[in-house]
Amino acid sequence: MIREVARQFRFTNKAFWRNPASAFFTFIFPLLFLVIFTALLGNSTTTLPGTAVEIKTSTYYVFSMAAFGLISACYTNIAISVVFAREQGVLKRLRGTPLPARSYLTARVLHASFVGFLLVAITVVFGRLVYQARIPGATDALLFILTLLVGAGCFAAIGLAVSGIVPNEDAGPPIVNAIILPLLFLSGIFIASDNPPGWVNFIGKVFPVKHLVDAMRASYLGVPFHWSDILVMAIWLLAAVVVAARRFKWEPAR
Amino acid sequence: MAERVIEIEGLHKSYGDFEAVGGINVHVDRGEVFALLGPNGAGKTTTTEILEGYRQPSAGTVQVLGFDPAKGEHALKQRIGIVLQSTGVDPFLTVRETVEMYGGYYPNPRPTDEVIDVVGLSEKRDERVRRLSGGQQRRLDVAIALAGDPELLFLDEPTTGFDPSARRNAWEMVKNLVSLGKTVWLTTHFMDEAQYLADRVAVIAKGVIVAEGPPSSLAGRDQMQTTIRFRPAAGAPAPPELGQVPDGNGVLRLSTNQPTKIAHEITGWALEHGIDLDVFEITRPSLEDVYLELTGGEEGSP
Repeated sequence: MIREVARQFRFTNKAFWRNPASAFFTFIFPLLFLVIFTALLGNSTTTLPGTAVEIKTSTYYVFSMAAFGLISACYTNIAISVVFAREQGVLKRLRGTPLPARSYLTARVLHASFVGFLLVAITVVFGRLVYQARIPGATDALLFILTLLVGAGCFAAIGLAVSGIVPNEDAGPPIVNAIILPLLFLSGIFIASDNPPGWVNFIGKVFPVKHLVDAMRASYLGVPFHWSDILVMAIWLLAAVVVAARRFKWEPAR
Repeated sequence: MAERVIEIEGLHKSYGDFEAVGGINVHVDRGEVFALLGPNGAGKTTTTEILEGYRQPSAGTVQVLGFDPAKGEHALKQRIGIVLQSTGVDPFLTVRETVEMYGGYYPNPRPTDEVIDVVGLSEKRDERVRRLSGGQQRRLDVAIALAGDPELLFLDEPTTGFDPSARRNAWEMVKNLVSLGKTVWLTTHFMDEAQYLADRVAVIAKGVIVAEGPPSSLAGRDQMQTTIRFRPAAGAPAPPELGQVPDGNGVLRLSTNQPTKIAHEITGWALEHGIDLDVFEITRPSLEDVYLELTGGEEGSP
C-alpha cells in the first residue's frame, strides 16, 4: 500500500502544480492577506488573547494566515477538487480499476497536508523576514509539528465529509466557502477582537478553526499551550471520518 | 465447449417502479466480440454497469470471469478494462503520464508507449489531456482501459460523437484488440458498428432482448424478402403483373423471395419494349431495417 500511495502522491502532485488556478489561489491568498492586514492595521502591538504577552500585530497575523493557508490547502482544496473529480467521472473510473479506494484517498490527504505544511513554512518565514514576527520565547517544535499534523488531518477529513453533501460541481465553491468563511471571521483569523460577544467565543470553542490557530501560535511563540485545542481538533477529525465514510460518493450526480 | 467469460441469467434491474432491465439471458465466450445493440434508454448501460460492478442486480445472476462483479473484488478488477460512457481524467497530466498512472494499478501492465500507439495517439504523447479533442480523449479512454492488459474489455458506446473517419479508426482499433485474443463487450446504437465489429449481436429494447445472433442472420434477416423498386420511362405500356404496388412518383415496388427471376422478368420486359428504367433498385433488408422493426422504430438520437 505504501508504494501505491507514494506513486499516487507523485501524480497528484504533478497535476496540482500544473493547475495555475489552484496553485495560485492556494499559495498567494495567505501571503496577500498578510501584507494587506499588516498594511491596514499597522505594525503596532496587541496583547496575545488570553495572555499578558504583548506581540506585534504582524505576529498575530502571521499565524492567522499560516492557519488560513493550512485550512485552504486541506479543507477547501480537498472538498472542491474531490467534488470536481467526482462530477467529471474521474472517481468512477478509478473505482473500476484495482487501485483501492483507501490508497487513493490517503494519497490525496497526504498531498493536501504537504501543500499545507509548505504554505505554513512559507508564511512563517515570510513573516519572520519581512515583519520580524517573533518574540524571544522558545518555540516548541514538537508541539508545533503535532498541531500541524492534527490540524491537517482534521481539516482534510472535514473536506472529504463536505464533498459528500455537495450535490454538483457548480455548488462546490459556494457551499465549501459558505461553511468556512464565517468560521474564519468568527475565529479571529481575519479580525482580532479583544472583547467578542459570548456567542462568538462559543463558536470559537466549538469549531476547530480557533483551536488550530491558538495551538499554532502558542507552540511557536512558546506561550502556555492548551491540550484542549488538540483534543477538539481530534474529535472533529473522528466525526468527519465517520460522516465521510457514510456520505462519500464515487459517481457523478447526473 | 468454449470458455464462458460472461454469463447473465434472468437479470432484472428496477429503479423504483421503472424496470430498466426485464429479465435477460446472455453469455459471451472467450475471444468473442459481443454487441448489445439498442436505442437510448433500452437498458444497455444498466446491463453493462452491472457487469462492471457499479450496480447491483434486482434479481438474477451475473458472472464475469467466474466472479460476482457486485463484490468489487480486486482479482476481477485486475483482469478487466472499462470504457465508460462518459468519464474524465486529470486534465493537467499528459497522455503518457495518464496511461502510465492507470497501467500502474495493474499487476502486468502493457508498455505505455505501445498502448498509446495502439489507439493512435503517438503524436499527442506529451500533450496535456485538456488540450486533446473530444475524439482524442475518447481514444485516451480506450488507452486507459487497455493499460492493464485486460482479458475482457467493456466498451460502452465507444464511438458516440465521433466523425466518420474517427469511427473507422476506432473500429480498426477494436479489430486489432480482437486479433490479440481479447474478449469484447460492446454496446452501441449504430447498426453498422455492430455489423462490422461483432461476432454476435443481441438487440435490446425496453429492457428485454428481442433478437440475438450473428449480424448476417439476425432475426432471419438472411431469409427475408428482397425489395425491388423500378420506374419505367414515361409513356411505357403497363408492365407485367408481378405483384408490384405504387411507391410514389411513378415508382413501383415489390417484395420477392426470387429476386434473380423477378429482376430478369422486369429487365426482359423493358428490353422487349425498348423502354428505359430510370429507377431500378434491388435491396436486401439491412441490419438497420431489422433493428427498426425489432425496436419498434424508436431509434434514439445520439
